[in-house]
Amino acid sequence: MGENVRSQNSLVAVRGLTFSRGEKKIFKDVSMDFERGKITAIMGPSGTGKTTLLKLIGGQLLPDQGIIVVDGNNVHQLRRTHLFDLRKRMGMLFQSGALLTDMNVYDNVAFPLREHTHLSESMIRTVVLMKLQAVGLRGARDLMPNELSGGMARRVALARAIALDPMMIMYDEPFTGQDPISKGVLVHLIKSLNTALGLTSIIVSHDVQETAMIADYIYVVSDGRIIGEGTPSDIQQSTSEWVKQFMEGSADGPVHFHYPAKAIQDDLLSTGKRY
Amino acid sequence: MEFFQAIGKHTRASFTKLGRGTFFLLHTLQGILDILPRPRLLLKQLHSVGVLSFLIIAISGLFVGMVLGLQGFYILSDFGAEETLGVMVAASLVRELGPVVSALLFAGRAGSALTAEIGLMKATEQLSGMEMMAVDPIKRIITPRFLAGFISMPLLAGLFSAIGVIGGELVGSGLLGVDSGAYWSQMQAKLDFHDDIINGIIKSVVFGFVVSWIALFEGYDTIPTSEGVSRATTRTVVNSAFSILGLDFILTALMFGDN
Repeated sequence: MGENVRSQNSLVAVRGLTFSRGEKKIFKDVSMDFERGKITAIMGPSGTGKTTLLKLIGGQLLPDQGIIVVDGNNVHQLRRTHLFDLRKRMGMLFQSGALLTDMNVYDNVAFPLREHTHLSESMIRTVVLMKLQAVGLRGARDLMPNELSGGMARRVALARAIALDPMMIMYDEPFTGQDPISKGVLVHLIKSLNTALGLTSIIVSHDVQETAMIADYIYVVSDGRIIGEGTPSDIQQSTSEWVKQFMEGSADGPVHFHYPAKAIQDDLLSTGKRY
Repeated sequence: MEFFQAIGKHTRASFTKLGRGTFFLLHTLQGILDILPRPRLLLKQLHSVGVLSFLIIAISGLFVGMVLGLQGFYILSDFGAEETLGVMVAASLVRELGPVVSALLFAGRAGSALTAEIGLMKATEQLSGMEMMAVDPIKRIITPRFLAGFISMPLLAGLFSAIGVIGGELVGSGLLGVDSGAYWSQMQAKLDFHDDIINGIIKSVVFGFVVSWIALFEGYDTIPTSEGVSRATTRTVVNSAFSILGLDFILTALMFGDN
């Protein structure tokens, strides 16, 4: 029953997704739902293809098998023009911010408006200043991207992502490499923007605490499969050894501290290759 | 056996790359219609690709012309034909040195910069970010740069030749005592508009096309790491140089073959 309700109200639905990069299988028959108006998080260790999933949802990569439906559209069967129309309603926040380095903050936020709308410059100015106000950087409009701190760059990128008033935003590791204050600011922003603008948010992250604070639903992914899902409290109380190790950050457990290798005695006694 | 496998692998890789490069070129050319209503994008690139390359082109042109003046004078004076110095300088510049040397300099100055710029944009996810904003990065970023390179190259080659001719005159009549009137009038009489000047322009148009294509494709096809960008930049300069010299031979054979 619960499962049905979730899938009916989902903005993004992933069904039977399989994707590999070369020999390596990144996803094996994964299904997920991202409910409208909610913040859904995908958590898991680095290198499990979390960013890849966002690129698959955005139609930048093609799955080997399975479908991804965004707002009723099968992303990978859309024609290029329709895909681009759909992308105008999907914001994405890259880990680096991906700001255009030859433009200042103001022009970066104005970029999607200038590309996709026929608004006059005075209208654009109003929209840009409002979006910058929402992320608290109205005063930084004349700075160039290289003059911004990492946290500020992400906030500018967030202002740019909401410039066209999208229906959803995908966050790629929004908290990585941020100081505690910036983290707090971003947590607050993601939550408040989601409520204020009625967005649907997808957060890909391995920052357990920050993500658990704001997520409505969490998928824990490892080795191409979903190994745990539920509300943050469900996940915290999970009995799975693996999920426990991940949430508590223990050094050893189902995920071993050592990269697979032969026994240390044999390794030290063998002559080895010289470089 | 491994040797043949390696050859096969390289050949296949080269052909796939050529295929990707061709699709890339077609996509870039398609973008021209979208760029035409937005001349500002093009003007900005004309400045950074063309105007900023002018200084190196001008200085090199001047020195090449001066050297041609010196060398030409010593050879021609053996035959008592110093008056034809202008013809020699101008013909070498307009037919060969202008298009070729300016294209080589252009590949080093503007081509490498384009590759590095596009490669870094890829490495910092700017291109991917643009795609997610529903903006086609090839049309928005590549096409204006391609057009700018294509337009700038013949103009730079023309300026190179013109400045070179002045350099030859400076040395010839200023230093070595060739009659200035003879320098210019012989040049006027002997150089043919179609055979010399138009053919030179055609060469530089071809070089501009090829260098811009190589530079932009290498940038776009970069492996997005610092090593990848540095390799791509090197490849741009090396491949451009080979293409320029190889194409120059073919074009010269086609243009001047039957004389």
